Amino acid sequence: MHSQKKLIVSHAPFWHDGSSITTRSYHIMLAAMLAIIPGLIMYGASAVAVVSMSVSSAILWELAFNKISKQPVSVGDGNASLIGLLFAMMLPATSPWWVVVTGTFVAVIIGKQIFGGIGANPFNPVLIGMSILMVAWKDYFDFDAALVNYDLDMVMVYPLAYLKNFGVSIVDQFSIIDLLTGKQVGGIGATFGIGIILGGIYLIIRGFIRWEITISFLAGIFITALAFQISDPQNYAGPVFHLLTGYTLLGAFYLSTEDSSSPVNFIPMLIYGAGCGVMTVLIRNIGAYVDGVVLAILLMNLANPLIDKIRPKAIGKVA
Amino acid sequence: MIKKTFVGLLKPRLEYDILSATHTEPEIIPAPKKVTILSGTSFERSDAVQLKVGDKVKTGQKLVPVIDSEDYVISTVTGTISSISNYTGNFGRAFTSITIDTDDTEEIDEKFGEICNKPDLANAVDFLGSVPGGLPLKILNDPEKSINRIVIYGMDKDLLMTTTQFVVKTRTDLIIKGIGILKEITGIENITMAVPSSLMHNANKTGADVTIIDKEYPSALPFMIAKEVLGDYVPAGRSLEDMGICLISAEAIASLGAAYTEGKIPVKKVVEIVDKDGSKKYVSVTMGTPVSDVFKAFDIKVKDKDRVIVGGPMTGSSIYSVDYPVQADTDAVIIQDGSKVETVSDYPCINCGECVRICPSKIQVNILVRFLEAGEYQEAADAHDLYSCVECGLCSYVCTSKMPVFQYIRLAKYELANAPAEVEAEEETEAAEEENA
Repeated sequence: MHSQKKLIVSHAPFWHDGSSITTRSYHIMLAAMLAIIPGLIMYGASAVAVVSMSVSSAILWELAFNKISKQPVSVGDGNASLIGLLFAMMLPATSPWWVVVTGTFVAVIIGKQIFGGIGANPFNPVLIGMSILMVAWKDYFDFDAALVNYDLDMVMVYPLAYLKNFGVSIVDQFSIIDLLTGKQVGGIGATFGIGIILGGIYLIIRGFIRWEITISFLAGIFITALAFQISDPQNYAGPVFHLLTGYTLLGAFYLSTEDSSSPVNFIPMLIYGAGCGVMTVLIRNIGAYVDGVVLAILLMNLANPLIDKIRPKAIGKVA
Repeated sequence: MIKKTFVGLLKPRLEYDILSATHTEPEIIPAPKKVTILSGTSFERSDAVQLKVGDKVKTGQKLVPVIDSEDYVISTVTGTISSISNYTGNFGRAFTSITIDTDDTEEIDEKFGEICNKPDLANAVDFLGSVPGGLPLKILNDPEKSINRIVIYGMDKDLLMTTTQFVVKTRTDLIIKGIGILKEITGIENITMAVPSSLMHNANKTGADVTIIDKEYPSALPFMIAKEVLGDYVPAGRSLEDMGICLISAEAIASLGAAYTEGKIPVKKVVEIVDKDGSKKYVSVTMGTPVSDVFKAFDIKVKDKDRVIVGGPMTGSSIYSVDYPVQADTDAVIIQDGSKVETVSDYPCINCGECVRICPSKIQVNILVRFLEAGEYQEAADAHDLYSCVECGLCSYVCTSKMPVFQYIRLAKYELANAPAEVEAEEETEAAEEENA
């Protein structure tokens, strides 16, 4: 009798394309670095502290939840650190540590884990964290107040707040080049436009985010802002200003494209992205908030399951 | 293994292997010391078995292992039955497994030879149900199914394999004869050959209608071929037979031709062996030969934790023992090195949508899989297109979470197919109990 070898038995298919959640998360984080590193250079050690604190606390919250709920440890998939990193990108460099830690708690635990963990969250966890903090501690998200001690070689006011308070005449003070190269006040990773765009294009080419959402988001902003400007140029800023300020680019490339809370069919992706863009400009131009990206995306997250019902008919389907 | 390309934005294109112009002849493996033959019915009590250990059998002899069963097998060697046992295959399919120790001299059973000069369907059903390639004669003989079109596929259903194409190329004459006999015994004139464009020349020679199959997976799966032939998709939940189509492998047609030409039932199957390094060889092997014998002939070493796959990489099945025999539908045997085996994970769906975008049936796989995970099979079938699935396995192939999506789908179909039977059985026992009371 020859000894039987123990073979691996599993079900078809026996090939896989090699993708994984971990690679997905790591590539998104890597691409985000293009936007974060200029922010770190600009704001120095305090920005480094905020980013580190945000990423590490997000991981620890996830680990703690894994332990308490007796689930397998899931920090290895990189999703928690991705949430932490994106969260830090939206914060001002001077955020106190407890704001950061509370924010990642809300994002990871309330935004993701209590819904059932990765894939089950109806809203983007980062934006859940962000929106709750913005409501709870409004002052810490007033960029002008937060960055009052910085005097960098640029207009040291938050463009969107400036616009809201002083009207459309201030737009001329910001050149497109300045806005693209990070010479504007804002979140740590939200101001260096070129970095966000390049990182985003990389992710689109690699297939880690869906171009349909990003493009329709930007188109939604552009068209809506243009319509406002044409209807009343005295009161409303142009589309380029809206595209390059606040969280617009971050929202288009990194936030609205979060897998679980966005649609997967072609037409729904376009509607979802455009909806985010339109709502953003509506909130900015006629709403009470300075920046509308966070709430616009959350609103479209809410509509996502409904929008995603617009779908092609399966083959062989008679009814 | 085909990995995702750098430009992940594009959908992965999986292409069928096309038979190369310089293919090699199959190596012939001598009849093994022992063969195992699986018959499609299992036995519940040992007195239902009418074969005995120690019975002498001849090559080509018809064996009916279980009393009152229609299922029979053809002995592929001359020898002595050494064991008879039940065997359970994938999804609980029950078989009777008959092991035969081979004698040195081969004797051919004469029964088929006596009747083969005038082919008719009843005789074919009686003797040719398990020829290499597998002839679905029962379907053709079933008066309830009105088959009006036979499609012969000359393209392998799964990736990596080229066995069927090889047969089309090298046995065109036998296929022509087989088609002639098929027309004669079934009376069906509407016969189509479905082949890749490279084999169009061979297919044209057969005189059948020719349909060209695209080389992008999954265009050679049964439902996709039916779409090409019919011009429209088979309605969800219906089978090909419901549409009057019977799909037969080109190798089976060649076997049919060979059986009537040579006056004996063919027992040798062409199998493609794919080694760990991806190199491929054809072998001509007696059906029932254990896979281990085939590996030995090519000096392929099987190690612990390797994976041996019978069939193709997308839709085949892995086996737990290399004693598993080569059967009538075993077109390929693939061995994967243990270090390269990708396993599934228990991660949930992250809703990335890769499966939705690649699904050839346009199913909302991301929604479907949530119902399947929860065991809501009926809901999945009613509202989420479970029965539109053509079973290509691409959803599992691209799944970022490495979920066994394809297996969930097959399991759901299996469970649904068996559920009504269970309910009926329960009702019957209840009724019987009431009567007794």
